[in-house]
Order: sequence, then C-alpha cells, then structure tokens
Amino acid sequence: MNQPMDSTHRLPSWLRPPDGLPGHQPSPLIQTEKLSLAYGTQPAFDSVSLSINRGCITALVGPSGSGKTSFLTCLNRLTDLIPRCHVSGRVHLGELDVLSPKTDVLQLRRRVGMIFQKPNPFPLSIRKNLEFPLREHGMTDREHLDHLLLTTLQDVGLWAEVKDRLESPALALSGGQQQRLCMARALALSPEVLLMDEPCSALDPLSSGVVEDLITSLRGRYTVVIVTHNLAQARRIADDVALFWVQHGTGQLIEQGSSKQIFDHPQHELTAAYINGIRG
Amino acid sequence: MASSRMLDSDHLSAIAVWTAACLVGGFFLWLLSDIVWHGVAEISWEFLTTAPLNAGRDGGIGPILVSTALILLVCMVVALPIGLGTAILLAEFTTDESLFGRLIRRSLDVLAGVPSIIFGLFGNAFFSVTLGLGFSILSGGLTLACMVLPILIRSTEEGFRAVPTDYRLSAAALGLSRFTTLTHLLLPAAIPGLLVGFILSIGRAIAETAALIFTSGYVDRMPESLLDSGRALSIHIFDLSMNVPGGDAKAYASALVLISLLFAITTLSAWIADQWLHRRIIPV
Ligand SMILES: Nc1ncnc2c1ncn2[C@@H]1O[C@H](COP(=O)(O)OP(=O)(O)OP(=O)(O)O)[C@@H](O)[C@H]1O
Ligand SMILES: [Mg+2]
Repeated sequence: MNQPMDSTHRLPSWLRPPDGLPGHQPSPLIQTEKLSLAYGTQPAFDSVSLSINRGCITALVGPSGSGKTSFLTCLNRLTDLIPRCHVSGRVHLGELDVLSPKTDVLQLRRRVGMIFQKPNPFPLSIRKNLEFPLREHGMTDREHLDHLLLTTLQDVGLWAEVKDRLESPALALSGGQQQRLCMARALALSPEVLLMDEPCSALDPLSSGVVEDLITSLRGRYTVVIVTHNLAQARRIADDVALFWVQHGTGQLIEQGSSKQIFDHPQHELTAAYINGIRG
Repeated sequence: MASSRMLDSDHLSAIAVWTAACLVGGFFLWLLSDIVWHGVAEISWEFLTTAPLNAGRDGGIGPILVSTALILLVCMVVALPIGLGTAILLAEFTTDESLFGRLIRRSLDVLAGVPSIIFGLFGNAFFSVTLGLGFSILSGGLTLACMVLPILIRSTEEGFRAVPTDYRLSAAALGLSRFTTLTHLLLPAAIPGLLVGFILSIGRAIAETAALIFTSGYVDRMPESLLDSGRALSIHIFDLSMNVPGGDAKAYASALVLISLLFAITTLSAWIADQWLHRRIIPV
C-alpha cells in the first residue's frame, strides 16, 4: 500500500475506468442460471442466477458457510474432483456451456484461473512453480518462458524480492509472497477469468494491501471474481457485489448489483443489515 | 501438592517409556552382538565367494548369495510396479466409501496377516505345479512377491494419501491433467511412503524361509538360470542350525551376512530415494 506497485504505474489509465463511465456498458462474461450444488444430500447453495461482467471485479460477500467457495468451484469445474458433489443448473462462460460433459475441463481451467484462500505453491523452486504449468501447456521455448517469468513476477510485485533466488524453494517464501507467487502462476497462463477465494485472509495488513493493489490493477485485463469477508475491501475494489446468505438451510443469492448500489442503496433488508455490520 | 503429584506422574511415564525403549534396544543389541560374536571369525572373502562343502560345514556361501539376490530381484521387479499401480488406484481413483476400494483394502489387510507357510504352499501349488515352474528361483521370487504385496501397497497408498489435497486442487485449477499431476507432483511426494513399503517388504522377503522351502528349494549349487532351484540365505541358516550337526559357526556367519545385507539395502535405498527427491522436488 505504501509502496505503489510498478504494474499499477505501467497500466494505461484507460484500463482503469472510473465507476459508471458514460457510454461504457459492461457486458456479462459469465452467467449462471439456477445453479445449485449439494455435497451428498446436503445442499451448499441453491438456485443461484448471477451474471458477472467482463473486465470487472465482482465481489462475493456473505457469512461463513453461505456457499461462496462452493460457487467459485463450479465456475472452473473443480467440483469434478470432490467426491459426492452434485451440481445442477447452467453456467455459461461466453458461448461455452461450462457444465456440459463435453466441455474440455483442462481447457476451461486454463481460461478460468483460481487463487485459493491458503497459498498453495508446489513444493518446487520458485522458477519451477511458474514454468511447470506453462511447460505442461506446451510452452517450452526458453526465451518465452524467461520473458513470462519476468513479466508475471513483475505484475505481482514479486520480481524485486525473488530475482536473486529463483531456484530456491517456493515454500520458503513468506505467506504473502507465496500468495503472490500463486497469482503469478495463474496469470502466466493468461486466463480470461480469475477466481479468488479470500486471497488476503491469510495475510498481514501490509501484504494484504499489496495483493489488493494487484487485484485492482487487473481490472479491465481480466474478469475477477473475488470472495471476501472484508466489506471495506469489497467497497474499495469491486465494481459489482453479490451477497450470499444462508436461508432455509442452504446458501442463497440475496442481492446483486453494482458496488455503489449495494453499499449506498441496498434493496434487501439483509443486505442493509450486513453492510452496516448488524448481522453476519 | 498438586504440582508435585503431576511431576511424579510425568516422571513415572517418562521412566516407563524409557524402560520400554531400553528393553527393545537392549534386546536388539544382545541379538546383534551374539551374532557378531559367534559369526565374525568365519567371515572372509573366501567364505563369501566359494561354494558350500560338506553340507555347509565347510566352504562358503557364494552360490547362496547369488540365489538370494536373484530371488529378491524377481520379487521386487514383480512387486514394485504392481504395488505402485494398485496403490495409485486405491489412493487416487477410489474413494473411501466405494465398494471396490473397501473390498481391495480389506483383502490386503487379511493377506498381510496370512502366515508365510500358507504363501509357500500356495506358491508351490500355483507357480511350481500349475504353471510348471518347478522348484526354481522364479517360483520363489514370485511367491515372495505375493507375500510382500499387501504391505507394499498399503504403505505406498498411505504415502499418496499423506499428500495434501491442496496439491491436487491447485494442479487441477491450473489445467494440469491428472496424469501430469500424478507423475510430477504426487509421485515424488509419495516416495517416502513407497520407500517405507519397500524397506519393510525387502526385510520380510530376505528373512523369509517358510515361503521358499516349497518353491525355490534347497539346492546349494550355483544357479544357471531363473528356472534353476536356488537356496536362499535364510534357508541355508535354517538348514545349518537345524539339520547339520556342527554347522553352527557357519550358521552364525551366514546370519551376520544376512543382517549386514539387510542393513546395506535399506541404507542404500533410503539414500537413493533421498537423492532422487532432492533432484525432483525441494523439501522445505
Ligand atoms: N468438501 C465438502 N464436503 C461437504 N460439505 C462441504 C464441503 N465444502 C463445503 N461444504 C459445506 O457446504 C456449505 C458451504 O460451504 P462453503 O465453503 O462454500 O461456504 P463459504 O461461503 O465459502 O464459507 P466461508 O466464508 O467460511 O469460506 C457449508 O455448509 C459447508 O459445510
Ligand atoms: Mg470459503
């Protein structure tokens, strides 16, 4: 926070449009229709219809257990890996029908990157953490790899900190550095969408600020969906906000709208109560 | 009062634990020193390389070492790939609840407890007679492979299960295939489990007598192929001490060789796995 990130500097101003730029209509990139998910017989969330705008930052907020993480994992079909997890409804990513069995999930997950709540670098060197997925996706050109390594590490503001120890273990980095490395790893694959599950929750305020600046700098270039418990953060960085809540024993989408609308003129009484810190 | 009481019970449990540890360690030392004491005088280059004479009272254990090595080799060459494959299937492709996984796991646990003589009789009936391999190193090695598979599979499976789910999720989220995740991330991380399984298996295999009596046989000549009968070191020791009056000195020397071999193999395999791990994956 106190150190401005170089990527923010390099970003042309047109990539950071102020809220409600005249004549700029955001178009939805991801749309879910009546999306529901259950673990075994236990529903996690039910009938969520949400649209996520291209190039915008959408924040998912709501109390613990309201299904925010579960919702994210539907968007890149990580749910396939969870035993006894049933998903119904529809998810569209542009033209792609995400939940269709015919969808190539590896290709999908390249388009939709994910950052987890807990930083989870591989037990490899810093360099290999970035190069291993790239190589697996067919990028083997040494120069290209080095270029990507440099630019993505610069993007996440990690280059200066690690440039002299690229061969040392990624797990020896601090939590905040690990989280930024995970972001670099996801960004290196140049996804269209980035899903972030409370990326700052395990970080100290300073690292959290750095990561937050990084997320802000992604606006316009990527479509970001971020889960956060920090309403002030949501207010600072999000264009759109969606509130999840546990009702009738399952997570539900209570209200969605632009950040301004949700924070200044909430329609639902739960939203009003939640943003005023009365409940949740 | 209360705190001195606590201290007392702390002390008591410490004493109990140390006594148990010393008993185990002391027993092992006693056994080892007995063998070294009685056996070391017989050990020489000649003993290790020449053939046994006079039913083993004289001469050495050259052919027996070769047979033992061949039996172990057959055993591990067969058991390792099957064990690794089954462990991967159990840990990565079946859930705890699935009927198939439960069935295999339960069978393995039962098999692990079956006495080796039963494996010997099975090996004799199946490999020696039905498959027509006769009394041979091949029959013996295959029988041992069956015997060590349960323990090898279960500890390798544990190795895979000990790898945090995070790796699998984060690899999947990067669009990596299950195969890549398996070979590049899970396998290196599961090597310690595989190693434990390997060491336990080879320890069981090298010490095995009952399973080999009916399969690889007694013949103490130098084997010329895997289809020859060959006498394993453990059988040699058994024979010298039970059936050959005056064979005790050589039996002790052979036992010393067996223990040294076991020690060498486990140390070497741990070292190799460590090297490999360092090359593939950097620990914290
Ligand atoms: N792998 C799982 N197996 C079974 N139930 C699960 C699993 N993951 C989550 N759940 C359940 O699904 C519900 C929604 O969980 P989810 O993690 O999506 O909530 P969340 O909104 O992300 O909560 P938090 O803010 O605490 O992270 C919870 O009741 C939880 O217990
Ligand atoms: Mg969550």
